[in-house]
Amino acid sequence: MMTRLGRAPWPLLVVALALLVPAVGSRFYTFLANDVLIWALFATSLNLLVGYTGLVSFGHAAYFGIGAYTTGILMKKLAVPFVLAFPAAGIFAGLAALVFGFFCVRLTRIYFAMLTLAFAQIVWAICFKWNEVTGGEQGMPEIPYPALDWMDRLPWVGDLRTSDHFYLLTVLLVALCLWALRRIVGSPFGRILTTIRENPERAEFIGVNVRRYELIAFVVAGAFAGLAGGLFGIFNRGVFPDFAYWTKSSEVLIMTLLGGMGTFYGPPLGALALILLNQQIVSYTEYWPFVLGTILVVLLFVFPGGLAGAAGIVSRRLARALRA
Amino acid sequence: MLEVHNVRKAFDGFQAVAGVTLGVARGQIAAIIGPNGAGKTTFFNLVTGHLRPDAGTVVLNGRDITGLAPHDVCRLGMGRSFQRTNIFPKLTVFENVQAAFISHRGRGLSFFARVEGLYRDETYAVLESVGLGDKAGEVSGFLSHGNQKQLELGIALASEPDLLLLDEPTAGMSATETRETIRLIERITRERGLTLLFTEHDMEVVFSIAQRISVLHQGRLIAEGTPSEVRNDPEVRRVYLGERRR
Amino acid sequence: MLRVLNFAHGTFYMLGAYTTYQFVQWVGGGPGLFWLAALGGALAVAALGGLVERLLFRHLYGKEELYQLLFTYALVLILSDAAKMLWGTQQKSVSRPPELSGAFTLFGATIPSYNLLIILLGPAIALGFWLTLQRTRVGRFIRAAALDRETLGALGVDVDALYTWIFMLASFLGGLGGALISPMRAITPGMDTEIIVEAFVVVVIGGLGSFWGTFFGALIYGQVLSFGILFFPRFSIFAVFALMAAVLMVRPWGLLGRPLQ
Repeated sequence: MMTRLGRAPWPLLVVALALLVPAVGSRFYTFLANDVLIWALFATSLNLLVGYTGLVSFGHAAYFGIGAYTTGILMKKLAVPFVLAFPAAGIFAGLAALVFGFFCVRLTRIYFAMLTLAFAQIVWAICFKWNEVTGGEQGMPEIPYPALDWMDRLPWVGDLRTSDHFYLLTVLLVALCLWALRRIVGSPFGRILTTIRENPERAEFIGVNVRRYELIAFVVAGAFAGLAGGLFGIFNRGVFPDFAYWTKSSEVLIMTLLGGMGTFYGPPLGALALILLNQQIVSYTEYWPFVLGTILVVLLFVFPGGLAGAAGIVSRRLARALRA
Repeated sequence: MLEVHNVRKAFDGFQAVAGVTLGVARGQIAAIIGPNGAGKTTFFNLVTGHLRPDAGTVVLNGRDITGLAPHDVCRLGMGRSFQRTNIFPKLTVFENVQAAFISHRGRGLSFFARVEGLYRDETYAVLESVGLGDKAGEVSGFLSHGNQKQLELGIALASEPDLLLLDEPTAGMSATETRETIRLIERITRERGLTLLFTEHDMEVVFSIAQRISVLHQGRLIAEGTPSEVRNDPEVRRVYLGERRR
Repeated sequence: MLRVLNFAHGTFYMLGAYTTYQFVQWVGGGPGLFWLAALGGALAVAALGGLVERLLFRHLYGKEELYQLLFTYALVLILSDAAKMLWGTQQKSVSRPPELSGAFTLFGATIPSYNLLIILLGPAIALGFWLTLQRTRVGRFIRAAALDRETLGALGVDVDALYTWIFMLASFLGGLGGALISPMRAITPGMDTEIIVEAFVVVVIGGLGSFWGTFFGALIYGQVLSFGILFFPRFSIFAVFALMAAVLMVRPWGLLGRPLQ
């Protein structure tokens, strides 16, 4: 039975389910689902570094922020259409990751984390202070929605709100990005990344140019974080400097950890769990950080494998119980 | 095949390798012996590019490889195993060896191909030859110590080297395991026409298979020659057996 | 020192300010009592630090830095919310100790005498700390622990207890910093996140685990920040982080630190 469940086309089902949200759920749920999707992509891009390559980046928000500002500036100030502004987010974020990553991969462990943090703070400082381009501290409100007139002509979808149209677009784009990431993780390149995570010294001796691979992983992760950021700026109806602040970096790291590093579907799950939980808890208490901190401590001490790890343990126990 | 000329390496003023010159001919089985701290592992690290020598040159197949990074050295046909077991513990046995094939055959930068079946036959062939054919699906970190050593050898072979450097391939093994491993190494070397350079502390092992032995002591080469020459070398006897100079 | 990156240090600093405030509330602001309150605040923070180390943090020593880093971040979240619960979100302030409420005039600038004292006290505490590290038995152990945990254990030192003490000492100093700063600025729940990154910058520039390096780093940080403000008013924070990045790129172990291996 387990194997039959495993063989179902889960990803497609999830996408279909996600597409149905605006039709079934309220405006609020669509909003929530949109938030989850974007963070799922962001967390998955980080997972490529932390979970697959073993590089702990503490400044991944930098690329998210760069992507958000790229799309935002292009669409709002230069009236560039979304079809160009969106990929541009990935390209600019990827380029930034190439420059920063060039220096970061020269360092190991703590120092790597510190340098990614330092670069992220530089990005934040630029966004915060460069009023002419980024709007400075006030950010850049009112990023326009992409032109989605063509959706009006589609059956069922046509009557929905603009925000719902954007949501549908997000579903498709995030699904596309996750599919691409999934392919990358399951490719020969992905395998080489795992050897670096497991044992960089040994990886060198099977002929892997560790630094170069790390840099490529850094760029790919940065580019996808940038795409997530590009979507988020539009979704959020504005781009603000705190997109690149270090607290954002740690938030996405917590999602990744919560879901389970190094498992592909863990981080999206973590994003889902964390955002839903936040939604629930905020209505009871204002002390969300306290709850988040406690979750984090429990995770670190009890479930270092995250939700995916815990699910693995549970399912193995179940299987054993069923067999017995 | 391998010519090492007068390499030196010092750490904080301590001469770990103090000018060693050594050659290994194609097809030869050569061993480096010496007491603990003689500089064997450092010497290996210098040859494989893990450390950069302070002076001296390393030439592989007529090409100067001094100071090249390990991944370049590996690509030029040198495979290596480590004294302390050095594998990719969370990957399966199959994946360990497969990764080495991917890297060696330059497929590491294909981003969208599927990895599962890649180099399947080659990988199984290597696993069979090191005696791990039935363990392909197991997570390598859970293997026994002896199996992990075999796997290391498998990873090294997957880089399809001409020259294999093994650093204490039988470290931590029981007497039986040691004998089996040595037989395995000998067979593989012969079958694949490899050149072998290894270090070893077990003298019996060394004298049973090596054609040429170099003796390191305190970072210097104190003797070199066939097993019988080395066995009868007074300097070697002094170092090893603690015989006093008469 | 222990090669542990501690995000929570800023939180300890904040808690030091809050506990001092609390003690001042209890004992009143009479002469000499502020110092008592500050000491009490710092000791309370030290106790908390020791408790956290003993109960939780020590289980993470063998694990990856990621876990340690995230754990200290969790502490930031928990403790600063706890502070909010206890003391509310209102700003709190502590008045300067009465014996130092006056001001000096130096080179035409008016400096409150409390600030002057802090300027003098900072280096004095630093010097005292350094002497402790250099000259005493405990100090030698601490420096050794930073280098090699196992060997020290083999020499018969109770490493576990030592780590707890070090953690407490570090918390004490962090708390003391907060306690001493409390009369000079408002105590708010957000004061921890502000200082964390600053403290990081200082430590990285000076060198992780290097004592004088950190001190030197603080000086440089202050200089870059103030000169930055003078010349490029808008890019002073930028300059600070750029400096941090530059130091990491060229000498990851900091200006005065020593490379690890």
